[in-house]
Amino acid sequence: MNSALIDVCCLVSAVMFINGLQGMTRPRTAVRGNLTAAVGMLLAVIATMLHREVIGWSSILAGIALGSGIGVFLALRVQMTAMPQLVALYNGLGGAASVLVGGAYLAGREHAASVLAGNSLADVMAATGASGLIGGITFSGSLVAYGKLEELKFMRDFSAPWQKPANLVLGVTALGLCLLMILQPQHAGVWFWLMSLVSLVLGVLLVVSIGGADMPVVIALLNSYSGIAASATGFVLNNSLLIIAGSLVGASGVILTKIMCEAMNRSLWAVLFGTLQSAGRSTTRDDIYSSVKSTSAEEVAMLLEAAQRVLIVPGYGMAVAQAQHAVRALTNILLSKGIEVEFGIHPVAGRMPGHMNVLLAEADIPYERLKEMDEVNATMDHVDVAIVLGANDVVNPLARTDPHSPIAGMPIIDVDRARTVINIKRSLSPGFAGIANPLFALDHSLMLFADGRKAIVDIVKALQEG
Amino acid sequence: MDVLFQLAQAVNGISSLESTEAIRALTETTGQPAAGGAERLVLLITVFVLAVYVGAEIIARIPPTLHTPLMSGSNAISGITVLGAILAAGSDSGGLATVLGFLGVVLATVNVVGGFVVTDRMLAMFKSKR
Repeated sequence: MNSALIDVCCLVSAVMFINGLQGMTRPRTAVRGNLTAAVGMLLAVIATMLHREVIGWSSILAGIALGSGIGVFLALRVQMTAMPQLVALYNGLGGAASVLVGGAYLAGREHAASVLAGNSLADVMAATGASGLIGGITFSGSLVAYGKLEELKFMRDFSAPWQKPANLVLGVTALGLCLLMILQPQHAGVWFWLMSLVSLVLGVLLVVSIGGADMPVVIALLNSYSGIAASATGFVLNNSLLIIAGSLVGASGVILTKIMCEAMNRSLWAVLFGTLQSAGRSTTRDDIYSSVKSTSAEEVAMLLEAAQRVLIVPGYGMAVAQAQHAVRALTNILLSKGIEVEFGIHPVAGRMPGHMNVLLAEADIPYERLKEMDEVNATMDHVDVAIVLGANDVVNPLARTDPHSPIAGMPIIDVDRARTVINIKRSLSPGFAGIANPLFALDHSLMLFADGRKAIVDIVKALQEG
Repeated sequence: MDVLFQLAQAVNGISSLESTEAIRALTETTGQPAAGGAERLVLLITVFVLAVYVGAEIIARIPPTLHTPLMSGSNAISGITVLGAILAAGSDSGGLATVLGFLGVVLATVNVVGGFVVTDRMLAMFKSKR
């Protein structure tokens, strides 16, 4: 196939990627947007297979068949609650592919000279190094994130004092090896694989000590890395489609990272390298929790019967308890009684950006009912009953009142301003930040100690009987 | 524009490291008059910077409700590395490169196909409501 024609195909698929992302700005056009991007990818793959350098198709087709099989199998089997893990896993594979392509390029450099037509050696080496370095960090970091999201035991809460210096040493070593690739292109292969190895270790160390509630930031950041790695590969191969697609993804990841950091009032630096000091020095938990009142599903049902406006604030606990379908049943019965129901979604609720929205959408709750934090806070004074389902830190009033708290200044959903607050939780154990939540002890606050799903099911039952 | 110009200057500095021999060799193998390495690189960097801007403009408009599908969808797009892997797997460049290319095709395809399918699954749930 004529190389100009291939270039045109690549241009068309770049346009389709951009159009596809544009479609995703609205729920109604999002499915089509995703499809547009997918077709763009298919076009690019076909055009690349017709490249004059591609001689045999057998291994390509075998690879595509195998990869598609695995991809579709995982995609169709995954539960919506496990979505963050799957995204992390896919992300890692994309990063690994960047490393492999960089390595393959070096291995076949003499034969594949036309691929790099016109590129000078130094910048190609730098780009290859970047794709190996970023790709390696993305790969191992994503796998660790996957393990942490799956709650594999050996991944939990690892941190060591030597981590920061070790990260620094590893980072400098990797950059040094990258420099060696540029200075000694004849041995580039050796330096490249050494550097990839170093970056794998670096990826593990960077992510392994990051806690659960910071996961949305890490996932978004790794997503961005996978895009940047793809872009770097584009510089290696002199392929503008890789650069365009990669930078679109890189930009999207950076923006999401920024949104997540703002929602926690923490800098990216603090998330990656800082630790949350667990507080509780001034007041002990026992003091705070001495006046906690517990309640029953029947009592909650009575409160709801009398309410006009109900706000539900879901958190990671809802995902763990798989409570989203029970929540749908509760919403239905409340609506049938003429009670207004809304959902207040904190940007970092759950383990990835938009996690709660996907779960509630899975349970057929119309997205119009899902409100952002600012929106629900504006009308909080008119809420009769606020149900906090498996959320903790994102509703902790200490963020507003205690300037020494680790979560000081984090924007929260002000459920304490609602007339009555129901907290559905299994125990009084603290959230990720490790601090007590005075919300639970407020006069108009009630605790319903139960598994999230069972609690909601019981409330629904009580409402049906009542 | 000033920034771009400075960027180009810096890039020029880097590429002066490279030997003219390398360029000549490349031009000869490809049989076409290659644009100078530096110009080519500046062009690619231009593409990169512009695409970052376009991406940032679009993504800032995506509502929080769709952030998870956006991530998995853009994730699928980042599997574009599959093109590089296809070139490596399909070109007759001998043992190691082909093997690495094949592995790259497998991993990147899992990312691409799985990413698009799972995004579609999620988005279908958002669409079914009125």
